[in-house]
Amino acid sequence: MAIATATRMGPKTETTFRIVAPVAVGVIVLGVWQFLVTVVGVSDYLLPSPASIIEEFIQFWESILSASILTGSNALIGLIVGSLVGIALAALAARWRAVDQMSAPVVASLAVIPIVALAPVLNSMYGADSQFGRQAIAALASFVPVFINTLRGFRQTTLVHRDLMKAYAASSGQVLRTLTLPTARPFMLTGIRIASSLAVISALVAEYFGGPRGGLGGLISTSAASSAYARAWAYVVASIALGLLFYLVTLGLERMLQRHAPQAQRRP
Amino acid sequence: MSTAVEIIGVDKTFDTRSGAVQALTGIDLTVEAGEFVSLIGPSGCGKSTLMRLIADLDEPTAGTVEVFGKGARQARLDQEYGIAFQSAGLLPWRTVAANVALPLELHGVASAARSTRVAELLDMVGLADFADRYPDQLSGGMQQRVAIARALAEQPRLLLMDEPFGALDEMTREKMQSDLVRISAETGAAVVFVTHSIPEAVFLSDRVVVMSPRPGRIQEIVPMRLGADAARAARTEELREERAFFDMVTAVREALHQGAPVGTAPRGLENR
Ligand SMILES: Nc1ncnc2c1ncn2[C@@H]1O[C@H](COP(=O)(O)OP(=O)(O)OP(=O)(O)O)[C@@H](O)[C@H]1O
Ligand SMILES: [Mg+2]
Repeated sequence: MAIATATRMGPKTETTFRIVAPVAVGVIVLGVWQFLVTVVGVSDYLLPSPASIIEEFIQFWESILSASILTGSNALIGLIVGSLVGIALAALAARWRAVDQMSAPVVASLAVIPIVALAPVLNSMYGADSQFGRQAIAALASFVPVFINTLRGFRQTTLVHRDLMKAYAASSGQVLRTLTLPTARPFMLTGIRIASSLAVISALVAEYFGGPRGGLGGLISTSAASSAYARAWAYVVASIALGLLFYLVTLGLERMLQRHAPQAQRRP
Repeated sequence: MSTAVEIIGVDKTFDTRSGAVQALTGIDLTVEAGEFVSLIGPSGCGKSTLMRLIADLDEPTAGTVEVFGKGARQARLDQEYGIAFQSAGLLPWRTVAANVALPLELHGVASAARSTRVAELLDMVGLADFADRYPDQLSGGMQQRVAIARALAEQPRLLLMDEPFGALDEMTREKMQSDLVRISAETGAAVVFVTHSIPEAVFLSDRVVVMSPRPGRIQEIVPMRLGADAARAARTEELREERAFFDMVTAVREALHQGAPVGTAPRGLENR
């Protein structure tokens, strides 16, 4: 029944449904949550109520905003630097086999290094009053998916297109601009979209391991340490919003630039 | 008359993992300037390979290929030919107009001259209304026509075409054939045309090169009419119904069947 209704929906109804459905789920979850805390009486210590979290959110709004900006800019710097380095290195690896073979083990080990292992080291290396360690961690986390996806994209050019470029006696710069980059673009954008979430998570988690206060991660851990659980949750909500913002912006960028690519290339 | 293509003693062997594949042996072929030559033969006899050697997309294992008196490589660098591949090979992220403009863009033609030329070409292939579409919004035949427009963009003296009409319906195909006859007559371009269709080869060509497989070689070269100019003049729609046309179709078919028992047509050949 439900499936039959869903398949008959018009495109407009479907869009509305796609927005309404998750919102409805959210409202129901929040309702049940509030019900558990106020009516059933789950202790505030175990689970702060949504109402108290919203209260804290409003009360600490300014600190939440400045913390989001701080963590957000660390993540953004990391994302940009990581993506640029990833794209540049992928271009080199696609061009020269030796670079590819040299970078493969480095990238593989970078991909498995946990942020928790790196954060304390970088934090103490660059001092207690520097954001550099966090930015570096966000950059490292962003680099891996961008590099891997972009390199794959650079290898997607088809034989007939390469033949065409050869027949036109195109210079290697022209081949890069008119063939290789446009072919790789959807892959590159997918890599950046994946990296955007990783950048936020890493910038945030890196704050748990010392360094200057004032970011979302730092405030979550101080609030939790002083048993202000509702406030800690308010910062968590802000972190989720920040992560979503990064994801949606990069997704929008991907959609906008790929409107005319064929289906198969849009979703690598 | 000068020569457009001169192929002397060419062999081509591909080294593959499962051993050497001898694609072509002992190919000698001369194409005069302005001449229309078709290559016909069963699938795998090396037609595409021969065309790629002329285009310098591959190098012969032995022998020489010259285009307008220069080595194939120099001719490619000098942009002496236009090429249309077996698959259209359009860039999917470019509009139809931008695809046709590609060679002009790469070779530094000014933007105003470029758009005039593109409009002209799209008119010619009957796609003026589709200039702003993307290739994936076009049918296979329309894509192939875009590829042909692109090959003609720089008015080359030599056109290399690998089964360009393979994906077209019979009516569009006949129209494109007549257009191609007209274009090659107008521009005086030499054409090397790969096809699987005997009537198509007969209708278009001054000479039909019949090839045979394993290893790929030239079986016979069948001249279609006497004198290229007379031939061009005579290639009208009426020709398709004339007795002479059917005689030439028979001549090519017999050349193809040489060595093969009658009744077993070589694979991959159509009698359209
Ligand atoms: N790059 C390559 N590597 C190995 N073998 C090849 C390569 N290109 C072509 N061949 C072989 O050379 C022979 C001729 O191929 P070619 O594509 O020229 O045939 P064709 O006459 O164009 O066939 P069709 O009519 O099916 O297009 C075939 O046996 C093919 O397997
Ligand atoms: Mg072929």
